[in-house]
Amino acid sequence: MIRRAPRTLAEHSPILFPALMLVVFFVIPFSLMIAVSVFRRVPGGFYEPDFVFSNYERFLTTFFGGVMSFSLGLAALVAAMSVGIAFPFTYRLVRLPRVNQIRWLVFLLSILSLSEVIIGFAWSTLLSRTAGITNLFVALGLMSEPMALSPSFGALLAGLVYQAFPYTVLVLYPSLARFDPNLVEAARTLGASPLKSFLTVVVPGQRNTIVATTIMVFVFALGSYLLPQLLGKPQHWTLSVLITDQAIYQANMPFAAAMAVFLVLVSLALVGLALLAGRKEEAA
Amino acid sequence: MLARKLSTVLASLIALVLAAPIMVVAGVSVNAKKSLTFPPQGFSLSWYAEVFTDPGWRDALIASLVVATLSAALAVLIAFPLAWFLWRWRAPWARAFEVLGMTPFILPPVITALGFLSFWAAVGEYGAPWTVVVSHAVFFVTLPLVTLSLGFGAVDRSYVEAAATMGADDRTVLRTVVMPLVRPYVISGFAFAFVLSLNEYIVAYMVVGFTLETLPIKIFNALRYGYTPTMAAVTVLFVSLTALVFGLIAWFGDLPRLLGAWAKSD
Repeated sequence: MIRRAPRTLAEHSPILFPALMLVVFFVIPFSLMIAVSVFRRVPGGFYEPDFVFSNYERFLTTFFGGVMSFSLGLAALVAAMSVGIAFPFTYRLVRLPRVNQIRWLVFLLSILSLSEVIIGFAWSTLLSRTAGITNLFVALGLMSEPMALSPSFGALLAGLVYQAFPYTVLVLYPSLARFDPNLVEAARTLGASPLKSFLTVVVPGQRNTIVATTIMVFVFALGSYLLPQLLGKPQHWTLSVLITDQAIYQANMPFAAAMAVFLVLVSLALVGLALLAGRKEEAA
Repeated sequence: MLARKLSTVLASLIALVLAAPIMVVAGVSVNAKKSLTFPPQGFSLSWYAEVFTDPGWRDALIASLVVATLSAALAVLIAFPLAWFLWRWRAPWARAFEVLGMTPFILPPVITALGFLSFWAAVGEYGAPWTVVVSHAVFFVTLPLVTLSLGFGAVDRSYVEAAATMGADDRTVLRTVVMPLVRPYVISGFAFAFVLSLNEYIVAYMVVGFTLETLPIKIFNALRYGYTPTMAAVTVLFVSLTALVFGLIAWFGDLPRLLGAWAKSD
């Protein structure tokens, strides 16, 4: 098979359908959303074509600034915690016997693909007064009576880390699986303890992977839209929740679109950084 | 030795925390009375029966399964020719479509959802049940695209060479040589997209939230009226179904490889 550039229409034809689908159902909706962000809202839940920046001007309010900085801060905290737990975990995971490794992967994939609705429901049950973990503490004599732990910031954080952890493991998995075990072996032979060889050989060797993963998890956490509603209080609402709220309940599509465009720019810039960090790793 | 024990303990702890919410929900789902208590009082599987007998829950379950099946199939139909084209021909410009296919999965889902909402509203199809199938297919096309790229990448080109030398044209090579080799990747791509579509909420909600109730939408709507053991039963069923699908992928395919663990020398 000679792998050359396709010339005839027949040779090009396989890509027509996928290209058409992606352009019509992704590029056009995406562009439309950008267009809507400069449209003018008319009372009654509709909008008119226009070219105004008033939707973007609302970013300058303190309310929006508060939501924005809360969203970014929360995502950063979730990313740091997830990578902090997942990195040593994944390092161990890739060294397990294959059968155990596969069991773990099935388990993690199952949790990762769980609907946010289900994760939110499960955590609010776990943290509720009637069915929650505090009943166990009471039974063990650690607490005098059961109490509700949700909604609260702690509950939201727990839910988000729970959701992000499997994702983090799966993003770290390929590069840790390819990490040369001989390097650790060498450090161990030279007398380093397991912890020391982990901290001085594995972590520095995977620095770019860690940076790239942290950014990816940050973007992932930024996308959470239901957990803040189910596990947090109104002051814990993130940008994703606000976008949904404006689009559906306030029927203000132009403002929702403007916030979405902003979120896209932040996410794309971060993903670009992550790719850059990942590329350095490849080159190294 | 101590380090090994410590890491085993930590791994078990992580497994416990990951499983805890699901275990509590499973416990709640077998309560005899209509209350959410844990440990459960009494034992009853009637809430599981209700998922199938109550028309509301049953319709939502059917809607979710139909949407997931159709959209996963459509996602594979979009991804297969694209992945094949990229593998068969040298066409760097076509990589742009691969990037397009990856983008919706990387961006926060609310963005894709909002894009679809504006699009379906603009073409006047907002709320039509079939729109969620197309939306999910495009949203999750990343998964079959990734598995199929891996699958085609694993095909030894010398087989193709041999078939071509013996006079097979492109079509015959694809049908008799390539297709059997990439079939596991087609199936796992379908399965990944299926499971994620089944659990997807925001795109479905923004596109058909007011006309078609998928199971995640139904659960979220029901949450507003208070928690019931039926929801817990639905959750347990969903978690089991999800785990079953991934278990099957692992059984029939090479899961570590699909997730990117292979030596550079391979």
